[in-house]
Amino acid sequence: MTKTKHYWNNYQKEIAEDNYFYERSCIRQSFFPGSETTFLKILREELGKTIIDDPNQHTCTGIGYHSDVVPFDTTMTICARLFSLMKDAGLKNYVPSCVTSFGVFTEVIETWQNSPEELEKTRNFLRQATGREFDIPENIVHPSDIIYKYRKELKSKMKYQLVNHKTGEPLKAVEHIGCHYGKIFSKHAIGGAEFPQVLAGMIEEWGGEVIDYPERRHCCGFGFRQYLVMANRGYSVANTKKKFESMQAYKPDFILTNCPGCTMFMDRWQYTIAEMEGITYDDEHMGIPVLTYEELAGLLLGYNPWDLGLQLHQVQAESLLNKIGIEYDPKDKFVGKSGTFLGEPEKPKNLIVDYEK
Amino acid sequence: MKNKSVIVIGAGVAGIEAASNIADQGYSVTLIEKKDVLGGNLTNYAKLFPNFADADEVKNNLINNLSTKKVEILKNNDITKLFFENDKWHAVNSQNQTYSADVALLTTGFTVFDAKRKEELGYGIYDNVITSLEFESMYKTGKITTKQGNIPKRIAFLNCVGSRDEKVGNHYCSRVCCINAVKQATEFKTLYPESEAYCFYMDIRMAGQFYEELYRKSQEENNVIYIRGRISEAAATIDNRIQIKTEDTLTGLPLKMTVDLLVLMVGMEASEATSNLSKQNEINGEYGFAKSLGLHGNDNKTTKKGLFLAGSCKRPLNIPEAIADARAAALQITQYLNNLQ
Amino acid sequence: MKNWGFKIAKPRIIDLDTANTKAFEELCEKVPSAKRCIMCGACTATCSAANHTSFNFRKCNIMFRRGQFEGLAEELDKCMLCGKCKLVCPRAVNTRAFIYNMRIFLNDLNYKNIK
Repeated sequence: MTKTKHYWNNYQKEIAEDNYFYERSCIRQSFFPGSETTFLKILREELGKTIIDDPNQHTCTGIGYHSDVVPFDTTMTICARLFSLMKDAGLKNYVPSCVTSFGVFTEVIETWQNSPEELEKTRNFLRQATGREFDIPENIVHPSDIIYKYRKELKSKMKYQLVNHKTGEPLKAVEHIGCHYGKIFSKHAIGGAEFPQVLAGMIEEWGGEVIDYPERRHCCGFGFRQYLVMANRGYSVANTKKKFESMQAYKPDFILTNCPGCTMFMDRWQYTIAEMEGITYDDEHMGIPVLTYEELAGLLLGYNPWDLGLQLHQVQAESLLNKIGIEYDPKDKFVGKSGTFLGEPEKPKNLIVDYEK
Repeated sequence: MKNKSVIVIGAGVAGIEAASNIADQGYSVTLIEKKDVLGGNLTNYAKLFPNFADADEVKNNLINNLSTKKVEILKNNDITKLFFENDKWHAVNSQNQTYSADVALLTTGFTVFDAKRKEELGYGIYDNVITSLEFESMYKTGKITTKQGNIPKRIAFLNCVGSRDEKVGNHYCSRVCCINAVKQATEFKTLYPESEAYCFYMDIRMAGQFYEELYRKSQEENNVIYIRGRISEAAATIDNRIQIKTEDTLTGLPLKMTVDLLVLMVGMEASEATSNLSKQNEINGEYGFAKSLGLHGNDNKTTKKGLFLAGSCKRPLNIPEAIADARAAALQITQYLNNLQ
Repeated sequence: MKNWGFKIAKPRIIDLDTANTKAFEELCEKVPSAKRCIMCGACTATCSAANHTSFNFRKCNIMFRRGQFEGLAEELDKCMLCGKCKLVCPRAVNTRAFIYNMRIFLNDLNYKNIK
């Protein structure tokens, strides 16, 4: 019996080379406003790819669908309208920014493939409502798949590595994959559902070390209804807490995610847990920074952290910037694009957000 | 005149016993084995359930008996083709050598389920997740240790790995894993009474003589703890132990615990030769196993004249069953050859 | 104090790394037949108390094994000690002694907690 520790390499998927149609997430632009812009910048300027960001786009209904307020027929029709925009643009490769959107699209397409009558029904609905036509995308991938695909090319352009610049040690990263990336259809996940490689591959390629902690696969607890209804939030946060408790012993330098909800909750719940129970999961009471993969790529490529929007995270990222040795100007942190000082956010009681460089 | 001949493909328990019995009747027998040793899957075991019989002794008795018979034994001989032509069965090995006879008996048996296919159990990734087969070979050395060389303070056995599982395409029960887990847990607790042994099960199936008694003894005398629930996830902890999760279905609550060693009771699947050779002759049944003519009355014959089956190439069998089945097949073959003119 | 509108939920998982499973081992020294139980539920099916209250001896038994003692003493108070369960047990577990000894242990525990 041969033992290989990397047998999940069997799970690979087709990722289109170029000419993408981008669809933004409903919530990322408010929570992590630099991420999507950074993704477009990396694709266009670093990799020289064509990617269309159509202003006529709209939600995929994912939040409403998973909260049981949008029926599946509506979801299919709304997804079909997005595909019709891609058809207008003359493109065939669909790239939804959000992991839940990715899950919704793969579910919708799988439904159409298994039940052609549903496809016909959707075509009729869209025609009746908008007079539009659509094609099923030839290739549908999550943006993290594209960054994974080009991780080596990006590395060659990177200014920094995921290495502690003082000690030379690799930085330790927790990677957290959104449930809807691989748990619905593991065939659509690089590395499969149990050991997805999409983020781990980036971390390892860029010099870091992935932490394999026991609750690695546990959901962040967002769960849509579970968070959206205030009375349920105690259950939602308990899931993230369980993950933090499980990863704490490994002393992670940062957490990397590919899902809007996961990034949001792994970041913001650190504040909630600190303020409610006085607990933080790092030694300095500053929390563990949580980054999107676009922010991480941007940082290592040498982009200004404040242009990436890191000041808008709850857990501040300076501890990580200092470890990597990233140059930044603390005075610039809360200065807007117009050059005026925007003011500083209110400081939490227990979670420390002030850094001395 | 007994100038008729038989080829027996596979020298496991069934193959050896069938070859001995057919040779006893004066027919010329060729026993062909893929590996360089005889005994098949039996070579992997230390002690046998339910009475802790020494596996080597059982194997050697079979082989010693065989050595007193006039049987031609060919080792390192991997049969890849089997077909009927000009009134003879022809078996072709991977070097393109052909062996021909009046009768072919398939005793190509089973292979154990590849536990890596159950990804959530971490086999092949975490060192301290092992299979029941690896437990056996470790037990042969007289001790059970973790990869780091420590005596496990806590061990867990998980049943139904690769059996009764829609996801891997095996709906059937492998029949021997439950009692084997009881046996291994008992062996472990006998070696290390201070350690804890847990068995996780979906159903406990003790359908053999003295099986239930051994199960009961393991509870009463060896303090083995049984938890009804399937382990759904195994993950390494920072100190190289294994965190497992299950539902303790009899409390209705999820349960987690950390163990030093997790043993996966891997089920039985048709061996490659079983599925290939039966497919070539259109006697393939469910899940790659070979199909006999009739379960109740014709379990050694097939739809093909002169092609017989014995042992676990048909379905998971335990050792006494495989031996009895081999003898039955020998009798069927003898009758067939006697009538052949 | 800020009003959050919710509290962080406590885990309801049985954690066998921290649970007190020694109590059952001690009980087994007094009631060795307890080890033989296979959770068939015959005891609960015939139980007089179970027919009129939420009392479930099989469940109490397994919760005790797993060291889940919360609310268990109150549950055991529902048993009328009639002994019918003992008659039907296929593994001949001394269920009545089992209950007595769980009660003793849990009362001791409660007594220690009060003190």
